[in-house]
Amino acid sequence: MATVIPLFRKAPPVKEEWSACLAALGQTRDRADYARLFEHFAPRVKAYLVRLGMTPANADELAQEALLSVWRKAHMFDPAKANASTWIFRLARNLCIDRMRREKLQFYDIDIDYDAPDPDERHGGEQAILATRMAESIRALPEAQAQVLYLSYYEGRSHSEIAQAIGIPLGSVKSRLRLGFDKLKQLWGESS
Amino acid sequence: MNIRHHLDDATLLAFAAGSLSEGMSLLVASHIDRCTDCQTRLQQAEAVGGALLEELAPVALAPGALEQVLALLDTDAGKPEARPAAPAPVQYADIPAPLAPYLKKSLDELDWRTLVPGVRQFDLRLGGPGATRLLRIAPGLSVPHHGHRGNEMTLILRGSYSDELGRFQAGDVADLDEQISHQPISDSGEDCICLIATDAPLRFSGLMGRLVQPFIGL
Ligand SMILES: [Zn+2]
Repeated sequence: MATVIPLFRKAPPVKEEWSACLAALGQTRDRADYARLFEHFAPRVKAYLVRLGMTPANADELAQEALLSVWRKAHMFDPAKANASTWIFRLARNLCIDRMRREKLQFYDIDIDYDAPDPDERHGGEQAILATRMAESIRALPEAQAQVLYLSYYEGRSHSEIAQAIGIPLGSVKSRLRLGFDKLKQLWGESS
Repeated sequence: MNIRHHLDDATLLAFAAGSLSEGMSLLVASHIDRCTDCQTRLQQAEAVGGALLEELAPVALAPGALEQVLALLDTDAGKPEARPAAPAPVQYADIPAPLAPYLKKSLDELDWRTLVPGVRQFDLRLGGPGATRLLRIAPGLSVPHHGHRGNEMTLILRGSYSDELGRFQAGDVADLDEQISHQPISDSGEDCICLIATDAPLRFSGLMGRLVQPFIGL
């Protein structure tokens, strides 16, 4: 049984201006900047949460919570280490996992700026541009690969569930994911 | 740490997407904690998530949602968060930081249960469709030959084992799916202790395997 998913609407690529806006917010705490970020990201975070299976009311509440966290953590955002959409995606995902599990596992916070010196300063630098290129690249993927990526991220499906939903073996789900990921990295590498 | 066996890209993508079970996430986090190679690939996988967030068709929030949040910004609920303190130094060298809160003890102090002579387990009892447990295998012993209906991940915490895929030492992860059937043998002078997370029951083959299955229940 194949599920038909509208893969991607025609969207402009990720805009670097959101990263600049989020970084500025961390310094200035300007409410107008915040409102702009809210209006761009809250409806996307909500769309994400709804796809993960939340009711619209719960998704509203959690999207508000996620965007409140954006305000509270903005000073920790480092545009050299992550793109605003990646940073907000991670924030929303972690909130969602906490909510669904109410357990003790903390997600691995890769961009956290600890009070101590960063042992591996060089690591994050190139990641920021990555997401921008990635959005363009995802559109270039074969549909079969884009579909498993999409189901994995935006429907929160496990590999076994994806295998069932689209009627292919588990091994094929994983190889499609690998291929898609490789292609994305390759596309990005080639265009840099 | 000299890590030779890493996580599959498909697993890192699922982790980044938040679609792994708690036990599998715990295992992945425990490997990543000490592996810079997988940390970099995780950042790439998370960038996929960020890019896809931009691609989603927005869904409007209920009217007044922004105003409700704006009203909170100057209250306690809107106070900027303090930067987290650097993580506490690890208490036990063979327990990765993400795993420590689940054990609260050293590996040797855990309440190990004997499955068969030489093989002991400690179940983390996380619930869910699969299982998450520590297995402790005496030198020279093996886990019965088995295949998998779903995914099985093994992270070595102490000692080492060998199987058809190679030799796995502390920090190494074996990230297997249903296509692989294997028989790991503990192959150093000390017990091999590993964290194992599955998302579906394992399939044991052979008589020994079938005898042990009900006890291991992996
Ligand atoms: Zn690794």
